Amino acid sequence: MNAPLTPGTPVRVRDDWPETRGPVHIRTPHYLRGRSGTVRRSLGRFPNPEDLAFARPAPLLALYHVGFDQQAIWGEGTAGDEILVELYESWLETA
Amino acid sequence: MKPEDQPHAHHDMGGVSKYLCEPVDTEPHTLCEFDREVDALRQILGMKGVMTVDELRRGIEAIPEAEYHALSYYQRWVRSIAATLLRKGVIGEAELRAALEKA
Repeated sequence: MNAPLTPGTPVRVRDDWPETRGPVHIRTPHYLRGRSGTVRRSLGRFPNPEDLAFARPAPLLALYHVGFDQQAIWGEGTAGDEILVELYESWLETA
Repeated sequence: MKPEDQPHAHHDMGGVSKYLCEPVDTEPHTLCEFDREVDALRQILGMKGVMTVDELRRGIEAIPEAEYHALSYYQRWVRSIAATLLRKGVIGEAELRAALEKA
């Protein structure tokens, strides 16, 4: 378990593509891999769905609301628009 | 690089431009008897600890792209449920075939 991330912490989504290596179930959308955002809220700890999907023992992972600048991701919207996505700690890197 | 140029799975369709021009259907959908039965089956399998919703999703995501788009929402569910139960040996292929022929 990593140290809890507090709101306002800058994070980067791991630039990892497990779907290219075999059957997986992942909850991190492709368009956020390698992108930078900010932790907005801690949502609690949940069994890792990547393990649950394969009926494996699933350790509890912290889940966060992470905000991403919409213009940087989609190339549209107005300044200040934010995409809010639920991401597990295993996908987040801190500086 | 556009997000969709990344090597994503076909169900991971957020930000894929071919969907940007399609209006989102916000009408309430009427459930047919089949839909209700599949939903009930999924709930019973979950309550009995046979399969999780995460396994359901994994099974849905494993449906080949062409079939995935041709199936209705609950058809995808039942396809995933059947594949999961077969894989776990809860039901056998011959048993499923016989039940389908009787239906």
